[in-house]
Formats: sequence, structure tokens, C-alpha cells
Amino acid sequence: MTLRELVQLIEAEVVTGEGRLDEKVTGVYVSDLLSDVMGHAREGEVWLTIQTHTNVVAVALLLNLAAVIFTADAKPDPLTVEKAQNEGTVLLTTNLSTFETAGRLYCKLNENPA
Amino acid sequence: MTELTETRVLLEFPVEGGNFPAAGEAASKVKKTLQKLGIDSNLTRRVSIATYEAEMNIVIHADYGKITLQVDPDGIWIRAEDRGKGIPDISQAMIEGFSTAPERVREMGFGAGMGLPNIKKCADLLEISSKLNIGTTVAMGFYYPTAKRESGQSKPN
Repeated sequence: MTLRELVQLIEAEVVTGEGRLDEKVTGVYVSDLLSDVMGHAREGEVWLTIQTHTNVVAVALLLNLAAVIFTADAKPDPLTVEKAQNEGTVLLTTNLSTFETAGRLYCKLNENPA
Repeated sequence: MTELTETRVLLEFPVEGGNFPAAGEAASKVKKTLQKLGIDSNLTRRVSIATYEAEMNIVIHADYGKITLQVDPDGIWIRAEDRGKGIPDISQAMIEGFSTAPERVREMGFGAGMGLPNIKKCADLLEISSKLNIGTTVAMGFYYPTAKRESGQSKPN
């Protein structure tokens, strides 16, 4: 699945990283604890969180995540958006709950097992 | 400096205690440096994660500190030194879930008591020394994939 398909699937808005939407999504990690994400999320995955501060971008960058998805109507801080723009990190927002977002992505990613 | 003749890179990054917006910059610079040097991507990732956690520990717990990156033919060495309150009991600090981070910091998703355990998982060598009310030094070593013949456990990739 590409980020572009993902955006449609979870009714997301693209905050930053419009130019990277053709990149592939390899998986999903869901957590609001940053060290948990650092320890477990893998390259190419999207990260579902409601944490909106700038450190989210640092984590996404260090792990080469495909995108950060702010769920449940959470909106990234202005400083977070600015940093993501400078670093080329993809930030998406969705009004869907974390459960609904993860559920739709789970179904889609397990449709065609690689 | 004779002992450093073989050193290819020696860089130092300052880290400011309490400066959350800037937290992660040292780790990010370390990562970019390793990428430029063409270091194996999985190794770069392990060093980046461990450096990030060490950097966050300085930001959360210390007054100020610095992170030193040394790349030499034997491996990659990261040293995170700080001035601050120190760790009273290092073995307790190594337990996953143990944290002394303030509530305000935990609300940001930090201080889950996973930082040092994450470092331990990523680094091949780890040495922590601390003096109360003086500071802490976390020294980490990472071997190149070819140099590492025996790997007891797989590292996250």
C-alpha cells in the first residue's frame, strides 16, 4: 500500500510531505510512549499517535518511518509542522479514532500478504 | 593525540537539559554522519536509537551534557556525559519500567523506563558510571557487522 492509498483509506489530511505519497507503507505501529516506538517500530512503518510535540518528528526521522499519523483529531503543534517541513517528514491527521484507523490499516495490510 | 591517529571521525554535540524542542538533534546529527560515512544501515539504526535514548536522558534528567561520536576501525563509540543529579542505583535504572521522570515529562510520552533497556538492546558494549549530584556517563560501543562473529541475540532492525 502506498501512502496515497492510506490517506484515502483512513480519510486523512496531509499536513506535510505531499511529495512522498507514492512511498510504500510496510506496517503500522501504535503507541504514545516514545521509547516504546524507538524500541519497536520498524523502518517504513506508519506511526499512530496522539502525541503532537516536536519530538515525534525526531523519532520518525531516526527510525525512517513512512509517516506519523495523528489520530482522534489530534493536531501537530506548529513547531512540529515546521520541523517536519524542514526534515521532509510526512505528517497526516485523521478524525478517526486510533482503533478505527488501526483496524482499517490492519485489514488492508492483511488482504494481500507479501 | 597519537592514540587517535586511526580515528576517522571524532565529533562532539552539546545537549541542553530541559530543552525538549531541540531534543533528538544530537542523535539526528550522529545518524546523518554515519549515513555519509556509508555505515551499514542496521548498525546506523542501532547507534541512532541508543544515542537518542542517551540524549533524552540528559534532556530529562540532567542540567547539561555532551555526546561524543567516535568512528574508528574497531567500531563506533558513543559517549554521553552529563552534569546533573546522577543515578543513585544503576541496576534499578536498568529495569524496564523503572523511571524517575516527572509527571509533566511522562505526559509527553517520555520517561517510560525504557531508555536504558533500549540502549542495552542496541549496543554491543555498555558502561554506565554515575556520581550523585555530579553527573552520569554512558559509554556505548558498536561493532561493525563483519567484526561481530558471535551474536547471542538478534538486534532490532
